[in-house]
Amino acid sequence: MQGFGPVEVEPDEPVFHEDWERRIFGLMGSLMTKGLLNGPTFRHSIERMDPAHYLTSSYYEHWMTGVATLLVENGVVSAEELDRRAGGFPLSRPATVGPDDVPTAAPGEEPRFSVNDEVRVRASSFTGHTRCPDYVRGRRGTIVRVDDAFPIPELEAHRDEVVREFTYGVRFEASELWGDGGGDVEAVSVDLYESYLEAQA
Amino acid sequence: MSEHHTRAVSDIERRVEALEELLAEQGLVDAEVIDAAVELFSNDLGPMNGAKVVARAWVDEEYRQRLLDDATPAIGELGFGGPEGDHMVVVENTPQVHNVVVCTLCSCYPWPVLGLPPVWYKSPPYRARMVREPRRLLAEMGCAVPDDMEIRVWDSSAEMRYLVLPERPDGTDGASEEELAEMVTRDSMIGVARL
Repeated sequence: MQGFGPVEVEPDEPVFHEDWERRIFGLMGSLMTKGLLNGPTFRHSIERMDPAHYLTSSYYEHWMTGVATLLVENGVVSAEELDRRAGGFPLSRPATVGPDDVPTAAPGEEPRFSVNDEVRVRASSFTGHTRCPDYVRGRRGTIVRVDDAFPIPELEAHRDEVVREFTYGVRFEASELWGDGGGDVEAVSVDLYESYLEAQA
Repeated sequence: MSEHHTRAVSDIERRVEALEELLAEQGLVDAEVIDAAVELFSNDLGPMNGAKVVARAWVDEEYRQRLLDDATPAIGELGFGGPEGDHMVVVENTPQVHNVVVCTLCSCYPWPVLGLPPVWYKSPPYRARMVREPRRLLAEMGCAVPDDMEIRVWDSSAEMRYLVLPERPDGTDGASEEELAEMVTRDSMIGVARL
């Protein structure tokens, strides 16, 4: 998303601004400890917020909305009861994809790419949870780091499956990402899962 | 504080209370875990930890090399690790290269060495603009990077978390490791400030 104004910096910012932020942060830790939430599912619950609500609410309101949505979807609490007690409780939207819509993956035992390999990010029409930022889709980059294998976020978020594949640091020149508008001597490195990448033709 | 802001916060407070009540009624709120999590992030985790890592790298060349080669165990040597810090990468500023960290997809941040991220780091303007126009945004934030110095932006979009190793300031030859750590700011380790 583009067209934002200045980044507003608050001097001497406290760790928490309001008591309820502290409480929702602690509550999240407690629910994660009890296995009621996992990271990708939680991130996806925030990504499903109404965009107007997302952009006009604070970070910890995102957390609260995402957590409440997941607890409703898992049948732990009811939306009606939340609504009644809070006098209105906006939740995230339902998922647009089901478990069967997730691209399948067959990761290898060894990393497919090495440092200095030239790669391209695959295009994709998948609208569920992903860790592939839109701005690198279809762009050409160079592997700068081979990292460990980690659970594929799409599978963990939508199927609760843990399938690991290698991830890479991939460097994109600003001109490749932004054309003539890209700055000189600037590059962005993005960390990408192996299934997001293909060898450059 | 404006009337609007006060009203908005109380809406949110009612929602948090409703959620807490419903979970408490089912025995799903563990007060000890909540207090421990808040205590940890309020007092034990923060940029003072990252500053110790940076200062050590400035005074100990072998440590600096270990840190750049494999950051997680090197940071672990100083006692720092855990969630959002289990897979660390340290990127080093040089006279030719300035590094800066962002998470465009959410707000990934190395908790054990920097604590919880500031609001601006999590804000849509920072996340959108740092990859699109880093030199201009850095200048706006008071961090002028010379036109011929390369800017490397690191988008922490998977599991690795980044810490910037700033350049040691000139004129600090006589400083002790503790004195050096005092000079290291949070913003210099995110890469939105230079020392």
